[in-house]
Amino acid sequence: MTITAIAAPLLKYLVRLADDNLVLGQRLSEYIASAPEIEEDLAVANIGLDHIGVAQHLFSYAAEVEGEGRTEDDFAFWRTEREFTNALLVEQPHEGFGELIARQFLFDAYQLELWEALSRSSDERLAGIAAKALKEARYHLRHTSSWVVRLGDGTDESHRRMQDAIGAMWRFTGELFEADDLDRQMADEGVGVDPTTLHQAWTATVDEILAEATLHRPDDPYQASGGRSGMHSEHLGHLLAEMQWMQRTYPGLQW
Amino acid sequence: MTITGEDRFLETIAADDKVEPRDWMPDGYRKTLIRQIAQHAHSEIIGMQPEGNWITRAPTLMRKIILMAKVQDEAGHGLYLYSAAETLGVSRDELQHLLHTGKQKYSSIFNYPTLSWADIGAIGWLVDGAAIVNQIALQSTSYGPYARAMVRICKEESFHARQGYSILLALSRGSEAQRAMMQDAIDRWWWPSLMMFGPPDAESTHTEQSMKWKIKRVTNDELRQQFVDQTVPQGQHLGVTFPDPDLTYDEGTGHWMIGDIDWDEFWAVVKGDGRLSRERIAAKVHAWEEGAWVREAATAYAEKVSLRRTA
Ligand SMILES: [Fe+2]
Ligand SMILES: [Fe+2]
Repeated sequence: MTITAIAAPLLKYLVRLADDNLVLGQRLSEYIASAPEIEEDLAVANIGLDHIGVAQHLFSYAAEVEGEGRTEDDFAFWRTEREFTNALLVEQPHEGFGELIARQFLFDAYQLELWEALSRSSDERLAGIAAKALKEARYHLRHTSSWVVRLGDGTDESHRRMQDAIGAMWRFTGELFEADDLDRQMADEGVGVDPTTLHQAWTATVDEILAEATLHRPDDPYQASGGRSGMHSEHLGHLLAEMQWMQRTYPGLQW
Repeated sequence: MTITGEDRFLETIAADDKVEPRDWMPDGYRKTLIRQIAQHAHSEIIGMQPEGNWITRAPTLMRKIILMAKVQDEAGHGLYLYSAAETLGVSRDELQHLLHTGKQKYSSIFNYPTLSWADIGAIGWLVDGAAIVNQIALQSTSYGPYARAMVRICKEESFHARQGYSILLALSRGSEAQRAMMQDAIDRWWWPSLMMFGPPDAESTHTEQSMKWKIKRVTNDELRQQFVDQTVPQGQHLGVTFPDPDLTYDEGTGHWMIGDIDWDEFWAVVKGDGRLSRERIAAKVHAWEEGAWVREAATAYAEKVSLRRTA
């Protein structure tokens, strides 16, 4: 199999959007049968399914745009760490339910704004995917917000744990709102959105929920970056090794 | 002559009507149901582990999505069944505690490890397949909430068996390595899936009374036979062999006859010496304990909210 360099900007943009969803969905899928309550096993699986579903739609659209016969699975299973362009936040492992919720909440609040903007994309296909994902993101954010509030304003222990969890994920949020040439080009063409324009609304949502949860916004000035150009943390390689294992062990087969 | 609760209970059973939570029922009936429904609920929940073991490694995005949705269904089944048990006056927490301390059981099948992707196919086809045979019979069980839970569950189960068979069908049309993987899975899952129906009727301690109360409508051996008869031709279609040299078709009765089941293995697993018996419970207890602070927080928050409302 030859993996050609991703050339067209739209293709690159779709893959970037898909990667966020696939990697986060994979993280959530690790959590099956580990939740504090059965209801939460259901909810986490649901959210994970939504993300993987979105990734699937975006990858198959990307494959069509590319027009070289690759499939959604080629994108998911036959690219290396340096070729994945997801944000660092979604690849971060979670130490327990608090961190899982913190990561998800901070990302949901971002995706809500993202899909809202992309549902008005001039690219109809992308707009359709975004419109569906927007509905899902609303539900995800409602769910994770309610947990941030309950855990933040629950017991002393849960307050401390939730504050730590938000703190642990915070330095990966800045990257979500960085714009590179691709973002700006896509925004100019009316296809995409400039992520810097999403930051204000995101901050308002996060501040509101953190206040209700009696949590404070972390003031860590350090913000990590690099995911969009394939400069990942050490975690992504392990996630991919597990996820891609079957395809790489038995190449070229139908499942 | 006054009509007692017992008379009414016996009448309900005789008329094939449903016993409902508020009706009078014998203590033994209640206890048997609690034990059986709880065991059923625990099985749905513990059963998430062997399949969950392959979600992160599913070979395609489509397979990953289908498997995740399937395992999610099982969590839902656990919830329906715990609710059905709760109508008999026990709480979900109590039942989970009995599971964690080994005082209540779950289906022994989930103590076997999933060692290849083909195992996910074999579980769907054989384990869910066997569960369906059992659950269809339970749709007419005499306790209303249990029967209704079975109706809901059966609707989803046929998708589970189909997804399993579809995994195997893909393997059967695949490479030599894929077919070998499939055969190996059938070799390991065939006998345990036959054991899912429980001990032979002659040795089953609960069967007789349960049949009288119409909790159980069909015996273990009858259900097992039904499963064998429907499954063997499906296996032939896949091109697998069953690990039973005595498996033969009886022209006279129209049934597939199986060889002897290794009941020593069955009882060993039931008593807690299954390959992964300890690991399954340990994982469940670990998740429960790790989640304690979350449940406490949710309770504390709910109390704060209701205090603020009344203040
Ligand atoms: Fe089930
Ligand atoms: Fe099932």
